[in-house]
Amino acid sequence: MTHLSRRELLRSAALAGLALPVLSACASPAGGGGASPAAPAAGATSAANPLGLAESKPLEVWIFDGGFGDSYATGIHEPLVKAKFPKLEIKHNATKEIAKTLQPRFAGGNPPEFVNNSGANAMDFGALVQDGQLADLTPLYDAPSWDDPGVKVRDTIDPTAIELGSYDGKPYVLNYANTVWGVWYSQKLFEAEGWQPPKTWAEFLQLCETIKKSGKTAPFTYAGKHPFYIYEAILTLAAKIGGKDVLKNIDNLEDGAWQAEPVKQAATAFAELGAKYLLQGTAGLDHVQTQTAHNKGQVAMLPCGSWLENEQKDSTPADFGYAMFALPDFGSSDALPYGTLHVQPGEEYIVPARSANPQAGLEYMRAMLSKEGAGKFMELVSTLTVVKGAGEGRTLKPGLQSASTALDAAGDNAVWFLFRKWYAEMHDEVAAASGQLMNGKLTVDQWIERAQKKAGSIKSDSSVKKFKR
Amino acid sequence: MNYGRMRFVTGFLAIPVALYVIYVIAPYAQAFYIAFTDWRGVNANPRLVGLENFQRLFDDNVFWKAVGHNLILLILMPLLTIGIALFFAFLLNAGGRGGTGGVWGSKFYRVVFFFPQVLAVAVVAVLFQQVFRPDRSGMLNAPLIALGFEPVGFLSDTDIALWAILGVLVWQAVGFYVVLFSAGISSIPRDMFEAAAIDGAGGVQLFLRVTLPLLWDTIQVGWVYLGIAALDVFAIVWVMTAEHGGPDHSTTVMAAEIYRNAFQYFKFGYASAMGVVLFFFTIGFAALALRLSRRERIEF
Repeated sequence: MTHLSRRELLRSAALAGLALPVLSACASPAGGGGASPAAPAAGATSAANPLGLAESKPLEVWIFDGGFGDSYATGIHEPLVKAKFPKLEIKHNATKEIAKTLQPRFAGGNPPEFVNNSGANAMDFGALVQDGQLADLTPLYDAPSWDDPGVKVRDTIDPTAIELGSYDGKPYVLNYANTVWGVWYSQKLFEAEGWQPPKTWAEFLQLCETIKKSGKTAPFTYAGKHPFYIYEAILTLAAKIGGKDVLKNIDNLEDGAWQAEPVKQAATAFAELGAKYLLQGTAGLDHVQTQTAHNKGQVAMLPCGSWLENEQKDSTPADFGYAMFALPDFGSSDALPYGTLHVQPGEEYIVPARSANPQAGLEYMRAMLSKEGAGKFMELVSTLTVVKGAGEGRTLKPGLQSASTALDAAGDNAVWFLFRKWYAEMHDEVAAASGQLMNGKLTVDQWIERAQKKAGSIKSDSSVKKFKR
Repeated sequence: MNYGRMRFVTGFLAIPVALYVIYVIAPYAQAFYIAFTDWRGVNANPRLVGLENFQRLFDDNVFWKAVGHNLILLILMPLLTIGIALFFAFLLNAGGRGGTGGVWGSKFYRVVFFFPQVLAVAVVAVLFQQVFRPDRSGMLNAPLIALGFEPVGFLSDTDIALWAILGVLVWQAVGFYVVLFSAGISSIPRDMFEAAAIDGAGGVQLFLRVTLPLLWDTIQVGWVYLGIAALDVFAIVWVMTAEHGGPDHSTTVMAAEIYRNAFQYFKFGYASAMGVVLFFFTIGFAALALRLSRRERIEF
């Protein structure tokens, strides 16, 4: 009942804020290819309406109708905004073809207020930013959060999300969903056998040995046909050993980035795992086949992202009890503490700067970033969000709960790499070499040499645009 | 040639020639131009970079690996396919007792051999992914595992994967050439076989001295077709193998590298340079094939 009364209070405050006429009509120059975004002229702001949206002008929402569908918008986020601004007209739309539908509207100077620019047919972010089409999200992040006016929005979400949504240091894109990677196992199996998730690499190897000796199941596998699944783990371990700069240097194609000692240690560790503890035939199996083997109890552990539980929902036994653990401590001198995770926010949302009511788009994002908005989203589409502690008090499936707990525990100890997105050929080369590393056909030094060579050749390729982080 | 006939011929040729120019010649010409740029697919004004793409291509190990794989397939695929198809066709048409008919049940086999040809390439690729699976669900590995052997990584072992591809290509192609050669054999007059058989020729001699020489034209046609197919093999490789031409580039071919560079890396300039090289390989093969196939015809 308390939040209802709070909402009443906020609503009346919002109405009070609207007493002043809003002068934002001039904020939408039509067409034009101006390089700098028109500064969204804010209406009157108030405690209840910190971003100063105009209730008199509609809020047009476009959702990408992909894996998440669009019912989270109509069922969760739009009602949240509507409850606070009852007079605001929300025009909901969903499409699978974001670019085809909306690019002409950007070009014509009357884009909608809020766009979920995701999926295979998304518009190019770099081009949108270059063209000054996107509203700076700084006012949103500096605004008080939905749940607690004393805390800024910025402090309620994963900082990785803000960084990944920034272009040249300015936040333009909200990455809302979140993905964490870890080693997945069945709680049921582990409890039945008395196995414990390992805290150190030595314990991990010990566990693999125990599982191997038990003869009941293979210790470890990964999607052998898609070696990304294993180089992801190698690089996460490398960052844990050597710190965040290890991956930053790799992303920036620095000379010698792959030859760094932590990378070598991590690769050596996984090569050993590959030589001794892999499920038979791993190299020839894809993610579906290995994950199904995992569900059938043929293998105990595999590295994957937090989408795993949802992806496997049709083949998982009811009492399987998905859970994940972060990569264990490699040594006592690891740069990052136990619980460090590979975290990668995704699913992009933008507020077009030249829309008629950009503040409404920002307010919509503020609602999404509320605990209620994010928590219900988690429940509905079974994914993590960038909102801290959004899963608290929600009934989540065991795997999602486990990932959510791990994410909250990791805090700022999140690592990530972007070369997969920036340089597809780098990704392919590292994947190819990693598969052979795990098969024992490449030595660690050869693996390093190949990755470094590719980094060098991309660096010297004038036709490829370089990125920095 | 009178005027009316000229008009008649021109009328028929205009549309095909126009289509050919627009959809074949023009793209080729464009590819030659794009090969000298660093175009990445979105820029309106590609920058000319001279021979840079070709220089890079020269040092690109993966591309030369792909060329090597194409050459291996170019030699072995026609050889194996034609060899097996000839053998089957002979058995189906002249392998029976006395050399006058096919072996028992030949009509049934003829249909069975043709099955793979009817399947879409993508279907074949997915089918063989399952056949080659390295676990107990794999058709080939299940018996091996049951007998206590290590499973063979048909598509996951870099030393074996290309041979697995070759096997699938031959498997799929044989059926068509069995039919082609059967047609060829059945057009050879019966009495030639009968005469040879009366003179005491056995099965092997019938095949080597009668069938093969009289079928030479058809075999040459098959050879050219198969050679062209071996320079492509994109679909099977792309769909069937891990990493699209992997593992670790062990099965990649030129067409796969062109596709990868163009549509995955958006390096259209570089991919076009590969296309130009492939163009010259194809022209070279065609010229060679035409030269080698100049041979006297045997009239019968």
